[in-house]
Amino acid sequence: MISVKKLVKRFGLKTVLRGMDFEVKPGEFVALLGPNGAGKTTFLRILASLSRPSLGEVTIAGFKLPNEAAQVRARLGVVSHLPLLYGDLTAEENLRFYARMYGITKDQLRITEVLEMVGLEFRRRDLVRTYSRGMQQRLAIGRAVLHDPEIMLFDEPYTGLDQDACAMLDDVLKTVAAQGRTVVMTSHDLARAEELATRFDILSRGVIAASATRRQVKKSNLLEFYKQALAG
Amino acid sequence: MKKTIDDGRQTIDNRQRMVNRDNQWSIANGQSSASFVKAIGAIVWKDLRAEFRSWELISAMLVFSLLVILIFNFALELDVKTRQSVTAGVLWATFAFAGTLGLNRSMAIEKDRGCLDGLLLAPVDRSVIYFGKFFSNLAFMLIVEAIVLPVYSVLYNTNLFQPGLLLVILLGSVGYTSIGTLLATMSVQTRTRDILLPILLFPVVFAVLLAAVKASGGLLDNSTFADVSFSINLLITYDVIFIAASFMLFDAIVEE
Ligand SMILES: Nc1ncnc2c1ncn2[C@@H]1O[C@H](COP(=O)(O)OP(=O)(O)O)[C@@H](O)[C@H]1O
Ligand SMILES: [Mg+2]
Repeated sequence: MISVKKLVKRFGLKTVLRGMDFEVKPGEFVALLGPNGAGKTTFLRILASLSRPSLGEVTIAGFKLPNEAAQVRARLGVVSHLPLLYGDLTAEENLRFYARMYGITKDQLRITEVLEMVGLEFRRRDLVRTYSRGMQQRLAIGRAVLHDPEIMLFDEPYTGLDQDACAMLDDVLKTVAAQGRTVVMTSHDLARAEELATRFDILSRGVIAASATRRQVKKSNLLEFYKQALAG
Repeated sequence: MKKTIDDGRQTIDNRQRMVNRDNQWSIANGQSSASFVKAIGAIVWKDLRAEFRSWELISAMLVFSLLVILIFNFALELDVKTRQSVTAGVLWATFAFAGTLGLNRSMAIEKDRGCLDGLLLAPVDRSVIYFGKFFSNLAFMLIVEAIVLPVYSVLYNTNLFQPGLLLVILLGSVGYTSIGTLLATMSVQTRTRDILLPILLFPVVFAVLLAAVKASGGLLDNSTFADVSFSINLLITYDVIFIAASFMLFDAIVEE
């Protein structure tokens, strides 16, 4: 589903990704772990075609970046720690706007479906500005699944959420994953990743330093595994 | 290992079958020119909708513009004849500075909650985003002008509602906004964005303003349309060049 070969990303003289290889199979839920500044966000932005690779090959759902970026974007849903929503529009208006950008017809049905999924049907006519951080994040997920993407990218979706909001987000994420999507989620919070992911990849010094499936890493061992990978 | 792959495909197939079965909503082919126009329309729609709710951007531009024309004329205590001769310059200077307020605000709205990324993630050509923002910004500019012109006309007893002058104002605004939208997209990504925009924009847009002031001044001076046709042609040329250049450069500016 996602295939990355020898990916290099430089910002000026600074090299963030150094020949990174990364593969994801359909239906996998990969947690991309790593300390702050490891390049997780940078990597997801490249997958999302928001940022260009300096070197290397990226293929997503059979389409090559950057030349076939529009086809890739049509199959991709992205949630970052920013909501990507307009505060002066209602939830419904935000979704209607994005539905038009994605060329969704009969959008009213789909918008209702999505609002119900993220549990915001009852606030659909309220301005997003008045939403709590957790509600905004849920709507952001609704925005990302609007066009029913095969692949979802989550960049630290739990940032800035309280306990209740985290629990609700857990449910939404599980729903999203259960719908058969391929998911890549970055996190520096091991416990959250442990709950959801089927595979754990650790990004360190610009490459995937270690990778293990859920079965290979028993619950108590994720922290140990993570530390070992970073120690390298 | 093989099993995981199969399982993954299985789930996806199931999901697609479900979606197809009760195919109540669908995704149109994203490459046609109809969807190009629709997506541009969507951006303009959401910008106007949000603005007519908050009035943030237009009110800031308006207050600024009205203050400038009041201050300029009262503080300098110009006699009628001098005032007539500077009207074109005052109007365009006002529009140019008010315009940077609007452009900055319009792009800041996209940047601050990550919405620019949201736009860039849509499966449309990036020029859709440029044209969408261009038309929104142009609409804000024209709305402000549509209020400033009658106020100026009444306050200073000059008739600004001549078809020729309105055409010049439209052409000048198109040129200003086309390059302004591009440069505001650039400056909003920097830390000093409010300061950077005028510094980037004015040297480039100077040519447009000059042609616009010349044409407007001529028309207000009762010159015929033929007298100012050179300036008007120049304006049209700038508009075409600026739109074409922005169209080509926008992609490079928004992608890291
Ligand atoms: N646009 C940019 N320009 C320059 N440096 C950047 C840019 N984006 C990220 N970086 C640098 O790349 C490194 C990785 O950042 P990031 O991908 O945000 O890490 P993470 O998400 O893993 O915390 C950081 O050192 C950051 O300073
Ligand atoms: Mg990050």
